[in-house]
Amino acid sequence: MITINNLSKQYNGTKVLDIESLEIPKGQAIGLVGNNGAGKTTLFSLLLDLIQPSSGHIVSNDVRIDQSEDWKPFTSAFIDESFLIGYLTPEEYFYFIGELRGQNKADIDALIASYSDFFNGEAVGQKKYLRDLSKGNQKKVGIVAALIGKPQVVILDEPFANLDPSTQIRLKKIIKDLANDPEVTVLVSSHDLIHVTEVAQRVVLLEKGRVVKDIEKSSATFKELEDYFIGISEIHAPVATVLTEEEE
Amino acid sequence: MIKKFINLEWKSFFRSAAFKQNLAIKILMAFGALYFIVAFGALGVGSYFIIEEFIEKGKIVADNPFQVVNGFLIYWVFADIGYRYMLQKMPVANIKPLLYLPFKKGKIVNYALGKTVISFFNFLPAFFFIPFSVVLIAQGYSVIGVIGWHLAMLFITLAANFLNVFMNNMDKVFYPVLAVIAGLGLSQYYGLFDITAYTGPMFMFFYENAWAFIIPLLLFIVTSYYAYHYFIKQLYLDEGLKAVAKEATTEDLSFLDRFGKLSTYLKNDIKLIKRNKRAKMTFIMGFFFVLYGLFFMNDLYSSINGMKVFAGLFCTGGFLFSFGGLVPSWDSSYYKLMMSQNIPYREFLLSKWWLMVAATVVSTLLCTFYLYFGLDWWFGMLAGAVYNIGFNSSVVLWGGAFVKTPIDLMTTKKAFGDSKAFNAKTLLLLIPKLVLPVVIYYAFALTINESAGFIAIAATGVLGLLFRNKIFDMIEDIYKNEKYDTIAAYSQKN
Repeated sequence: MITINNLSKQYNGTKVLDIESLEIPKGQAIGLVGNNGAGKTTLFSLLLDLIQPSSGHIVSNDVRIDQSEDWKPFTSAFIDESFLIGYLTPEEYFYFIGELRGQNKADIDALIASYSDFFNGEAVGQKKYLRDLSKGNQKKVGIVAALIGKPQVVILDEPFANLDPSTQIRLKKIIKDLANDPEVTVLVSSHDLIHVTEVAQRVVLLEKGRVVKDIEKSSATFKELEDYFIGISEIHAPVATVLTEEEE
Repeated sequence: MIKKFINLEWKSFFRSAAFKQNLAIKILMAFGALYFIVAFGALGVGSYFIIEEFIEKGKIVADNPFQVVNGFLIYWVFADIGYRYMLQKMPVANIKPLLYLPFKKGKIVNYALGKTVISFFNFLPAFFFIPFSVVLIAQGYSVIGVIGWHLAMLFITLAANFLNVFMNNMDKVFYPVLAVIAGLGLSQYYGLFDITAYTGPMFMFFYENAWAFIIPLLLFIVTSYYAYHYFIKQLYLDEGLKAVAKEATTEDLSFLDRFGKLSTYLKNDIKLIKRNKRAKMTFIMGFFFVLYGLFFMNDLYSSINGMKVFAGLFCTGGFLFSFGGLVPSWDSSYYKLMMSQNIPYREFLLSKWWLMVAATVVSTLLCTFYLYFGLDWWFGMLAGAVYNIGFNSSVVLWGGAFVKTPIDLMTTKKAFGDSKAFNAKTLLLLIPKLVLPVVIYYAFALTINESAGFIAIAATGVLGLLFRNKIFDMIEDIYKNEKYDTIAAYSQKN
């Protein structure tokens, strides 16, 4: 489904992403892990043609992403709040995305109803604009909007962050269902190793823009990832006294 | 403690995004500020003599210039309060982080209120009042009287400053009052009713009785006292520091569905204008341009027909220029979404285009009252309207494609123009927008006759309509070429 070839992105001479090759078959659910600055969001931005690759390219479903726009109808994503239209209510936002993705009002109403447990009585039907919702509720809306119109590629950047425990559990189920759908390719990034190893079928570990590990998930995956990050924190322990801020 | 506050201010000023703009714009802004200072200063020095000349010529009936200025001061005071209400906001954003630190609340409030005192709004009047007072003394007015009057003006300005602190969310009072003031101004212009005859002596009182500045001083003390107590009560996260969330209202816009695919964007754009302060402000201001032609009514301009063309373009195109010039920046806060969805640029642009056309048509209808000033004026309006609809609507979008300033929809701060929106390309595009029609007018008016001039402008507009798709092709190319730069520019926070 997605083929990455010699992909790199440079800012002022520093390579923030450098992937020689990565092949994601159709229907696979990939979990992306890595510390801040590893290149996760950069990779996602490249997948959505929001930034230009310094070299190489990505091909999605035979469409070269930086040259054609034909990937748009079958790809959807939620990266951050800049994917939300603040002055709309959640329902209006869903209708808007729905219209862009060829869904009618009834389709969307059905979709909202089917995710009612995910919203948990919040977010929708509250007479609030998206900009006035809490971060967690905004995230819920963004994630559900990314599922509108049966996309074949779903990209979610840190979907678990800011969600309450119940919603995290429900989200895991949603993503697992997507992962089990042979038509849908899922890319999810997270800082939570437990979540990633639970929902993904394959885990790719990025470090300073490079793929350091690429493992089919097994029962040993979590331990392997944890050991890796413990190792890194020990290497940097003497200097890593200052906590760095989140990427965005 | 004060030192720390000043240090914070220093950093927030020099590290602000506005300060990091390129040198050319900084120089431009400095010139802009200088212009206002010089203009007000010149007004302060010169107004006395200008008015004196008017009185001698009999254009203004008054005993002396001071009396005239005092008469008009009432408008000054209302204008001062008015633009403060619209533009001057309390600096609450910087207060939140201070709450958790070991400062006494009174200190924080004094700091915030003190900050409002040293704002541009309070200094600008000084550039008028100080030179004017000096001229008054030089002209032999009583020194003590002038000083008393000057102090009175100073305290009125400061009282207005503190009044603004607790004058929030009073739109329901503000706009009717604004309408009344505008009505008073107009009725004075046409000699129906002159309010200055009543308010003039009031301000003269401050000169004649030097001690009287105590009255505005008391006003100032009362407002500052009230502002302090109002503010200290607001110093909670769920009170004044809370972002006010209006209850969402959903309106049924399904009647727009007849526009087919376009309706998706149209519906969104209408909500954009309705629900965001800045967009709403631009919309309303756009219609105020209808009155712009009145500025050309004095003899100096009204004899020049080119001015009628100019007025026609502005009066009918207020919204078109102010809104269209900032497409696609209106959508900057969710531009990444727009770029990753299946959105054809053309439909996106067409929606904005239809909005501008609709607003221009409404403005043109409002402009019908220019008939009162003569058929010529009305022809000018109509010609301008056709040119705006046919030609400028596309050219404005073309210029907007080069503007990469993210718009914060929720603030009205920069509603009156964005310095960064002026770059060489957008300035260059002013030529087809405003200069070309005047040239066309004269080309035909001087060779054939005036009507031919007006018809020629309108004809060019119709021609522009035929080329709309060509221009849209070009805009689309710009959008595609500049896509990554635009995304990067929009994701920068101010």
